[in-house]
Amino acid sequence: MQDYLDDLESRSIYILREAYNRIKPLGMLWSIGKDSTALLWLIRKAFFGRIPFPMIQLDTQMELPEVYEFRDMLIKKWGFEFHAEMCPPEEEMDQTLPPATRAASRKTQGLKNLITRDKYKGIIVGIRRDEQAMRAKERVFSPRSFDGAWDYKDQPAEFWDQYKTEFPEGTHVRIHPILHWREIDIWRYTLRENIPYVPLYLAKNGLRYRSLGEKNITTPIQSNASTLEEIIAELETTKASERAGRTMDHDSEDSFERLRRSGYM
Amino acid sequence: MSDQAQKLGVVIVGHVDHGKSTLIGRLLHDTGSFMEGKLEELKAVCARRNVEFEWSFLLDAFQAERDQAITIDTTQIWFKTKKRNYVIIDAPGHREFLKNMVSGAAFADAAILVVDAKEGVREQTKRHAYLLHLLGLQQITVVINKMDMVGYAEERFKELSKEITAYLKGIGVTPHSIIPIAARHGDNIAHKADKAMPWFKGLTLLETLDVFEPIAAPVDRPLRFPVQDVYRYDEIRYIAGRVEAGKIRKGDVLTFSPSNRTAKVVSIEKWGSKHDILSAQAGESIGVTLDQPIFVARGDIASLSDKAPVLVNAFRANVFWLGKKPLKVGSHYKIKLSTYEATVTVQSIDRVISTDDLSRVEKDSVDINEMAEITFHSRELLALDPYQENAKLGRIVIVENHDVVGGGIISSEGLHDMRHVLHRTQDNLHAVDHLLAPAARAVRNGHRGAVIWLTGLSGAGKSTLAMRVEHALFSRGIQTYVLDGDNVRKGLCSDLSFTAEARTENIRRVGEVAALMADAGLVAITAFISPFRSDRRRARDAGGQAFHEIYVKADLQTCEKRDPKGLYKKARKGEIKEFTGISSPYEPPEAPELVVDTTTHGIDACVEMITEYIIKTIRGDLRQNVSSLAGKVSA
Ligand SMILES: Nc1nc2c(ncn2[C@@H]2O[C@H](COP(=O)(O)OP(=O)(O)O)[C@@H](O)[C@H]2O)c(=O)[nH]1
Repeated sequence: MQDYLDDLESRSIYILREAYNRIKPLGMLWSIGKDSTALLWLIRKAFFGRIPFPMIQLDTQMELPEVYEFRDMLIKKWGFEFHAEMCPPEEEMDQTLPPATRAASRKTQGLKNLITRDKYKGIIVGIRRDEQAMRAKERVFSPRSFDGAWDYKDQPAEFWDQYKTEFPEGTHVRIHPILHWREIDIWRYTLRENIPYVPLYLAKNGLRYRSLGEKNITTPIQSNASTLEEIIAELETTKASERAGRTMDHDSEDSFERLRRSGYM
Repeated sequence: MSDQAQKLGVVIVGHVDHGKSTLIGRLLHDTGSFMEGKLEELKAVCARRNVEFEWSFLLDAFQAERDQAITIDTTQIWFKTKKRNYVIIDAPGHREFLKNMVSGAAFADAAILVVDAKEGVREQTKRHAYLLHLLGLQQITVVINKMDMVGYAEERFKELSKEITAYLKGIGVTPHSIIPIAARHGDNIAHKADKAMPWFKGLTLLETLDVFEPIAAPVDRPLRFPVQDVYRYDEIRYIAGRVEAGKIRKGDVLTFSPSNRTAKVVSIEKWGSKHDILSAQAGESIGVTLDQPIFVARGDIASLSDKAPVLVNAFRANVFWLGKKPLKVGSHYKIKLSTYEATVTVQSIDRVISTDDLSRVEKDSVDINEMAEITFHSRELLALDPYQENAKLGRIVIVENHDVVGGGIISSEGLHDMRHVLHRTQDNLHAVDHLLAPAARAVRNGHRGAVIWLTGLSGAGKSTLAMRVEHALFSRGIQTYVLDGDNVRKGLCSDLSFTAEARTENIRRVGEVAALMADAGLVAITAFISPFRSDRRRARDAGGQAFHEIYVKADLQTCEKRDPKGLYKKARKGEIKEFTGISSPYEPPEAPELVVDTTTHGIDACVEMITEYIIKTIRGDLRQNVSSLAGKVSA
């Protein structure tokens, strides 16, 4: 019998196969966090054990050391094509942005550099609708203009599993295969499939990371959940927002929107 | 774990400002779904901006929306009741945002139609209701909102209920229930409004939602496994795809459409599976390996042979149009049908539906946000199902210039399965006789072949009309070609002089070639003076049923006055011998199929008359023809 995780999985596999068939060249942003690592697992499922396109990390060299450790371990264990894209320094960013948002915008710039240089037509990103109100507006196949801008007011029609797979020259598409998953689904799936994850998600001394950003803009939350089962139990009752530990989102009510419109993940 | 129980997708639609966003805000609040701090955060923003707090602000995550106070795009919002999880798809009511509403509603299991108690049923109320019907949504509840503004009057509720029920009945929708609510105050949403509306005895909105069921995957339908891709890893060929209907079992013999080839399932593949997979059902993304190396590609549909989809060249669909450019007869579009892509031509617009009174509107184009019944025609055979039988293979999206510009569900009316025809040609490749009856070509082309024989004096307008008509037919997707003096004298008749015998032979050859063209399925238009009845009779004999004589009439004086090539002048001077009308007779047709008089009618009117006549004759009764063909072939 199919249970609800099987349905989520099947849908993601379908999207990944559509992307791989319709759009070339294709790359995926692997942030090394729980979502994009579960997505990496889904890619292996979709392509019968293969990972047929490169994994890219937008690297600010500001991730926590455990993150880098996990990254190197998994590349070795699963053996896939990997590329770390170095993001430009913060001094080069738009100085009118609030400080934490400015730090995040380094990744936006890194992504732009990557696409300009390597001519990717499709970038797979592991975002979910339930993360943030703005992400709830996303399409599964979301076209971006040349500079990465997202026109959220004029998005393509998307229904009946038919996606926008044709584009004018000079544009690319973001593909969101796990848009329909929730945080709790990711953890349940990680547990069921025994997918590796960065240990920072588990509580130590009453603190754990719920979301992993760079070390200067993410803080752990108070929690005693030290196993995946406990994390799942915690999520079943919490009302706190997932990104509460991310400084940037509180800078101003509009900063996330400004970031995303200009090409942030 | 209640959280792990099924999830129900609910779309909320209705006229702008009737209270959809407010209702959602309220639903979230009353089910305790808000993230801590969200309500306070928004109240603070409102205070800072000096605006009154609205429940709808909870949803309007974008600055832009707060500025315009209308919801822009589909948002998905989660909440849960004791029974299960819900995802609300917020569909905006603004007219040009139909695109987003469709994008949202297509994911829903059930719908809430919001109607303002004071304003009543409005244009978008009707349009959205119709669209829900078109999208196949059957679980619909109506809420009459803002009951506080009509003094919670039972009378008003009854009156509106009657109106909306009548309309919904007209489009074949029976609402599950009609509930009086006041979203702003939470009346009859999570809690029964016993004080305000003691007269209402039905279920609250949340109780109603809990009664609905998620749309189940069509497991008990005939197998449909559209091929998404083919991978070759380590010498293994994986046919990848998602089972869209029914069940696939190891050992099944699959028929692939449209190629009609068969192969047996050796294994069903899912990476990481610890045991041998014996079957997979609707909803599962899998791979299969086959015992035969038959050619299989994306877009092929695998089924079991006794319950295969139909193979057709033409189908009718109920279409909603999102394109900024209108849909027109004769236009070509790309369609996506499951994983298959094909080019289709709009053969006819059978009905444009006015959502206001559901009347038929006579139009030859479909504009943005309109809905219509369209007959499409495709060169390739398409494997499909009527929507009623299998939704996944019974719907198309229409693409123009990179964009999805429409969607449609396929009607069971007028689908004529061509599979027998295909079968027979393959089994009998050695045979010399034509195995294809003319009707088979006619169905593929969407019209029969014909010889349209224009006759008349020089200068009567035959060539001009022929070219204009050819163009008109072509733009309607008709296969057509003009034979005239210029193109036949170049090769086919280059050996002929202009003696009387040679002219007769010229007409004979044109008659034979035109007849072959008609047999091949084309509409051949000939533009020759062809002054003699005997010559034209011979052409009619060659063409048989397909032959149509059209007399392009104009009196000699007029033609001589027009004299476009200066031929009359030369003839009068004796420079051309045996010139029709001057030095040689013209025998007008005795019983032409059509007469157009170019002295009394303008060229446009004549083009229209001829075009209309041709379309009527080559397309009329096409369906009848096909049924008789199907009978013949299987006999
Ligand atoms: N009095 C009253 N006003 C309401 C009620 N529900 C919604 N409204 C108001 O109607 C207006 C439009 O509501 P909104 O939810 O934005 O409509 P939408 O365009 O359908 O999303 C807002 O000013 C709401 O406050 C209700 O139950 N009673």
